[in-house]
Amino acid sequence: MRKLIESLSINEKKILPYLEEKNLSEICKKSNLDKVTVLRALEYLSNKKIIELETERKKVVDVGVNGALYRRKGLPERRLLLLLNEKRIIPLKDAEKESGLSSDEFKVSLGVLKNKAFIEIKNGKVILSASKEEISKKSLEEVFLESLPADEDSLTPEQQFSLKNLMKRKDIVEVEERKKFLIKVTSLGREIMSAKDVSKELIEQITPDLLKKEQNWKNKKFRRYDVTVPLPRINGGKRHFVNQAIDYGRRIWMDMGFEEMAGDIIQPSFWVFDALFTAQDHPVREMQDTFFLGRKHELPDKKLVDAVRTSHEKGVSGSKGWGYEWDPEEAKKMVLRTHTTCLSARTLAGLKKEDLPKKYFAIGKCFRNETVDWSHGFEFNQSEGIVVAPDLNFRHLLGYLKQFFNKMGFEKIRFTPAYFPYTEPSVEIHWWHPEKKVWLELGGAGMFRPEVVVTLLGVDVPVLAWGPGFDRILMDYYQVKDLRELYKNDINQLRKMKSWVKV
Amino acid sequence: MANVKFDRKNFEKDIGKLDSEMQERIALFGTPVENVSEDTLELEIFPNRPDLLSYQNFKKSFAAFLGEKSGLRTYSIGKPEKNYEVIIDSSVKDVRPYTACAIVKGLKLDNMKIKEIIELQEKLHVTVGRDRKKLAIGIYPLDKIVLPIYYKAVEPDKIKFQPLDYPKEMSGLEILQKHPTGKEFAHLLAGKMKFPIFSDSEGNILSMPPIINSERTGRVTEETKDLFIECSGFSFDVLEKCLSIIVASFAEMGGRVYQMKVKDNVTPSFKTDKMDLSLEKTNKILGLDLGKKELKKLVEKMGHSYSADGKVEISPWRMDILHEIDLIEDVAIAYGYNNFEPIIPAISTTSKEYKNDTIKRKISDILTGLGLLELSNYHLTKKQDQFERMGIPEKEESGFVELSGSKTDYNIMRKDLSHYLLKIISENSDSEYPQKVFESGKVFFAGKDESITEEDHAGAAVGPGNYTDLKQILDYLFHNLGLEFEVREQEITSPFFVEGRSAEITLDGEKIGFIGEIHPRILKNWKIKMPVSIFEINLERLYGKF
Repeated sequence: MRKLIESLSINEKKILPYLEEKNLSEICKKSNLDKVTVLRALEYLSNKKIIELETERKKVVDVGVNGALYRRKGLPERRLLLLLNEKRIIPLKDAEKESGLSSDEFKVSLGVLKNKAFIEIKNGKVILSASKEEISKKSLEEVFLESLPADEDSLTPEQQFSLKNLMKRKDIVEVEERKKFLIKVTSLGREIMSAKDVSKELIEQITPDLLKKEQNWKNKKFRRYDVTVPLPRINGGKRHFVNQAIDYGRRIWMDMGFEEMAGDIIQPSFWVFDALFTAQDHPVREMQDTFFLGRKHELPDKKLVDAVRTSHEKGVSGSKGWGYEWDPEEAKKMVLRTHTTCLSARTLAGLKKEDLPKKYFAIGKCFRNETVDWSHGFEFNQSEGIVVAPDLNFRHLLGYLKQFFNKMGFEKIRFTPAYFPYTEPSVEIHWWHPEKKVWLELGGAGMFRPEVVVTLLGVDVPVLAWGPGFDRILMDYYQVKDLRELYKNDINQLRKMKSWVKV
Repeated sequence: MANVKFDRKNFEKDIGKLDSEMQERIALFGTPVENVSEDTLELEIFPNRPDLLSYQNFKKSFAAFLGEKSGLRTYSIGKPEKNYEVIIDSSVKDVRPYTACAIVKGLKLDNMKIKEIIELQEKLHVTVGRDRKKLAIGIYPLDKIVLPIYYKAVEPDKIKFQPLDYPKEMSGLEILQKHPTGKEFAHLLAGKMKFPIFSDSEGNILSMPPIINSERTGRVTEETKDLFIECSGFSFDVLEKCLSIIVASFAEMGGRVYQMKVKDNVTPSFKTDKMDLSLEKTNKILGLDLGKKELKKLVEKMGHSYSADGKVEISPWRMDILHEIDLIEDVAIAYGYNNFEPIIPAISTTSKEYKNDTIKRKISDILTGLGLLELSNYHLTKKQDQFERMGIPEKEESGFVELSGSKTDYNIMRKDLSHYLLKIISENSDSEYPQKVFESGKVFFAGKDESITEEDHAGAAVGPGNYTDLKQILDYLFHNLGLEFEVREQEITSPFFVEGRSAEITLDGEKIGFIGEIHPRILKNWKIKMPVSIFEINLERLYGKF
């Protein structure tokens, strides 16, 4: 009880004595507060179980802007009728002028009076035909207008008729949904209303003024807050949720000593396909799958180009090659990179044997010429990595992958065989979805084929390589079911989206 | 990617119950299970293993993987009998030079088997055949044909036969112009003076590869017992391997395979390649400690044989063994990917973040600290959004990278971030204001020659926001980066800014961006009902400062 009293705000206290008033406007008047403030205070009192607050939704008919005016000055037809009562017969033009009505009001008034057979119009003149009684009697519309506001549900048939007529005219009446509040003081409320110390002064906000003098607050009570009350959400600045996850992914690789690779999004086919032992007639190299730009880029130095040609035509390092005639023009065609593996190829080509061991990673955008649906898009992020060192083996590849995916939050994973033109052995990584109870594909990896390594690096050294898509592995964390949502930039969604928190 | 559907009952009868453990084994064999229903088992077959596209071959290879009848699979083949010959005319040299052919006898076909054959044929066409370009397969009832067969190229108007699914005789050219299948594959013979045909010794045309068979000899039915099979294309080696995939399937169905004389060769030869497989290298690459006996067992599980001298005899239908490494992968698959213990090697290297990314991330931190929300938009954009909506007249639309053949209406690469910032504010009129957003990322410029430039940009937009609001953000950003910039009024106002309320941003006197209030005309284009101001800067020069 004491705590409760101490928690009453100034406004709550102000309305406390008037809670048993009939309606809201009465409370407003007596407490000298506006409606919004009173409502908020009532809400709080209700939370504190001092009152029971019920709201009733009702459709209320009230006067509109013009209606309020007409209530004072009379409806236009009344004003016209009064003029005619004086003049009896008057030319239309003069009637409009002398009535002081706008042309719209005048037209409407003529119509109304004609319908009631109060007037006739002949040869451009208005002639009064209503009797004195008829003139003096208030019309249904006038009576109705004076009776407002009224509940729509409780209108008499005459009132309904008037409403229908007036609704056709501009802003005379309006029907509004209004809330009606029913206040019932609880027994706790009554106790508090009659408690003595209710009026005792409590400190509200702590203000700089209050802090100026010690006696302002010494030995005084602070008004208690309801600390559990829900508040409106505020918005802050933050990183895009995909970028938050990408930064986390980068940190995983850097924690393991990897160096970041960077490079252009637009690359010649040479680095995207040819250097990666992807035959020139491979389906991925068709417009159907890849964005071609209709431009060509010069090839790198001749020695490297010749090595790539040989790897395709005859094979290198004991390989048979693909056995076709390699076309340098095809390799010059510029494309939007279909995978970040082109960065690994360029990196490998720039390395010397003395530089080893080396570990590299990249997380970046890749592009495929696709239509867009929930599981496909033309842009996606890929998490790329290579490890180049003399004594690497297949188990090391699995080790890095397991570490990365465990850190990304994928507990149970498995490896199965896969195929890529540039890796052998190749693996696919799958994740056991604990709720869906299925294996879901997370991405691909492998060891670069000798045709790639010997061609680019010059020596046959094991190279572990991987390039799983990055976007799909975020969807589960963010509860995103549709890939399109990742780059939709819905500001509401961005504001509400939880942050990437993984440890 | 090719998916195949196998009959589930057959699979369970031939191999075993299709429970989750079996599905796991199928996945570990390298054929991911795509779908399992009451009647079917759907698998994905990777492009390097066309030999697994037929159920007959899959069944045998998978059984060997499980340990049953492992080692090199062989079939008895009959030598070419009288007239079992395909006579190749030199005229095909410039059109479709090679063919490999076979005869299979004594088949008992039912609808299911016929369906299986047609599907195998179609899958091979699509995968190895690259839509019939590199490989086309024809299968004919032998009783309608008089051997030997002739393979030659003829002027299109001299070719006359009734193609499959067509009521009357057509010329070669008519087939390409009018027949549905002809139209679909017409591009494969486009520009050729002569078209290839197979005909029998009575002059009846069997087919016009790679387009279509004749109605008279091109239909295999349940009554058909003996078959003539041809593969045509550009690499004899590829054709031979595909022919062996097909005839092995027929042999599994109970057919007797006979060879044919094809020019200087006899096909199918079931020729096996031999390749060295070093035990030491296998162990080194896989991180295992296998003995010779274990290696032999594993190689045999993948359908090859292994001899004491370390040589592997590769099964004739395998097209993917280019190098010893491919055999090592086979050993890994046989060993079981689930049996490898993942480890991280002790390799000491120092991590290094790409410098520009560090700076870009710092910029994002500074801007989010001011309450700005980061966006991530596509690098692709719509031409209309990039130019027209930004008030740039059509004649000034230049320097952009165009994407021909895009499957969506995103048809160019973005040239700036600004239009995307406005687009996002435009699309989010239902979100609470103020809306303060930024983005950093690549934009693309096309040179007059073939060159393309990529630049990192950063841009911000605030609605409602005026010049002062944005300039303060810019001041704060540069101050925090420890850099000094200058602004000067734009000499020529950008078409999307209000004149007198826009400026160039310069660093060391060089222009690096712009800032200003968006003109109401442009806001109207985007249906934005809030005042918006933006800035955009090129980060490349800024990177140089660190």
